[in-house]
Amino acid sequence: MFVRINILVVHSLIVLFCFYSNNISASPEIKYIVEGDNIFNPLGGLEGDPRNGRELVRNKNKGNCLSCHHLPIPEDDFHGTIGPSLIAVSQRLTESQIRLRVTDMKQVNPNSIMPGFFRGPEKMNRISSIYENTTILSAQDIEDIVSYLITLKTIQTKTF
Amino acid sequence: MRKQYSPFTYITFFFLINTILCSLTPIILHAELISGYEFISEQAKEIQNDDFQNPGFSVIENGLDIYNEVGENEVQCSNCHGLNGNKFIPKSIAQFPKFHEILDKPVTLRDQIQYCWVERLENFPLLYDDIQLLALETMIRNKAFGEKVNVDINEKMKPYYEAGKAFYFTRFGQMDMNCSQCHDIYTGQMLRGQKLSQGHTNGFPLFRLESQKMVNLPQRLRECFRSLRAETFEQNSDEFRNLEIYLNARGNGLKIETPAVRY
Ligand code: HEC
Ligand code: HEC
Ligand code: HEC
Repeated sequence: MFVRINILVVHSLIVLFCFYSNNISASPEIKYIVEGDNIFNPLGGLEGDPRNGRELVRNKNKGNCLSCHHLPIPEDDFHGTIGPSLIAVSQRLTESQIRLRVTDMKQVNPNSIMPGFFRGPEKMNRISSIYENTTILSAQDIEDIVSYLITLKTIQTKTF
Repeated sequence: MRKQYSPFTYITFFFLINTILCSLTPIILHAELISGYEFISEQAKEIQNDDFQNPGFSVIENGLDIYNEVGENEVQCSNCHGLNGNKFIPKSIAQFPKFHEILDKPVTLRDQIQYCWVERLENFPLLYDDIQLLALETMIRNKAFGEKVNVDINEKMKPYYEAGKAFYFTRFGQMDMNCSQCHDIYTGQMLRGQKLSQGHTNGFPLFRLESQKMVNLPQRLRECFRSLRAETFEQNSDEFRNLEIYLNARGNGLKIETPAVRY
């Protein structure tokens, strides 16, 4: 516990340091700029579709966010509890903050268990040959999910 | 007037406390060992506890049949290990993986069975996926039912244990996770519908309700690797053997439940 908290503190300091040096990350084809804990511009300038985003967060082969997070999606029986509830996530986070977290959580918390959905595959260890040189989600998928999450402003169920 | 301390005193004190707490971490982390049994549903527990419902027991029967067959050289396991394996010593079975002096390396229970199969019965080696090997392992591990896991990790076993431990903390695959994240940090949390256990091995080989199949540990590990989207290792690879040493030793003190029932 305490070692972990210590590691967290040290990492947070390193991360903060990185934030202020405005590093540019490169993932396959599409580049994005991290400023502070934000990515301000939509990946690849793409526009998100919240309806598809809602499907992606449920889909076990895509976002599968439900495996760790609570979301206002009553038709799924089981919601994970590993991460914080995302039920009113856009009350606490802005669009650009959400974008960085969905793109690559490890740039916010290097020890995170949350997968880097658009993190460069060269940073992974022993990736299966089926998934070589790919990211878990595409830039369009990320934008769809971001556009869905920013609609989660209240604790009410959101349907489209 | 109250005595004034310099800020440095506070800082030193802070670090001192921190150091003490950090050194206690291993004790805090491993304070309580909980079998995977405690994380399954009441229904699944019932199946495990009922010899007629638990499919593992028919696998044990198969194991006994194979145990009583004669080898290429007309020798039987029972010649050396007794009728139905009654000469096996539970405490000794609970010590696997252990160091094998002739082979000069650690062996899992599977390796040892394979060794006797080939060297003492002069049979053609079994594939590590072979259901005959699985049945023999289940039958023999069950001889130590209720016995406490007790892997020796000193002297010759030490480097293998350390390698397994390092593996346990290595991130794998596109999901980029390590074993400890799910089985130490988030134990008790839900991964969709599944409650995360401490990831112990005291129930192996076990029956999986999900796939309706009996599996040994490497087969279960291969499933984990698939879900992490990582390239897996061979069943009898050094990596999985070292990991088995670490995992079993990590559960030293837990009672053997073979054949367990899990998801
Ligand atoms: C393996 C578990 C896991 C999965 C899968 C996962 N997350 Fe997370 N997520 C976490 C954890 C744990 C945190 C808390 C921060 C941390 O520990 O890094 C988190 C934090 C977040 C946050 C920040 C929440 C806040 O209040 O700060 C957002 C947004 C988020 N996740 C979105 C997603 C989305 C969208 C997906 C699917 C595309 C997803 N997560 C999939 C585990 C997961
Ligand atoms: C000729 C005698 C002989 C026969 C036949 C034989 N074994 Fe063994 N077995 C041994 C000896 C000796 C050991 C001690 C370790 C070693 O030398 O490999 C042993 C060890 C074992 C152990 C580990 C016991 C412990 O407590 O450490 C298992 C399990 C085992 N044998 C299973 C089998 C099975 C299954 C068969 C039949 C396929 C079999 N053996 C046939 C001689 C035999
Ligand atoms: C994404 C989270 C996750 C990761 C990472 C993970 N596991 Fe698991 N593991 C599970 C789940 C879920 C189960 C089934 C429920 C349970 O027993 O925890 C499981 C079950 C197990 C079991 C069976 C436990 C029992 O009682 O039968 C073992 C052993 C195990 N895991 C070992 C490992 C090892 C070794 C690693 C690292 C290579 C690993 N796991 C990585 C989620 C994970």
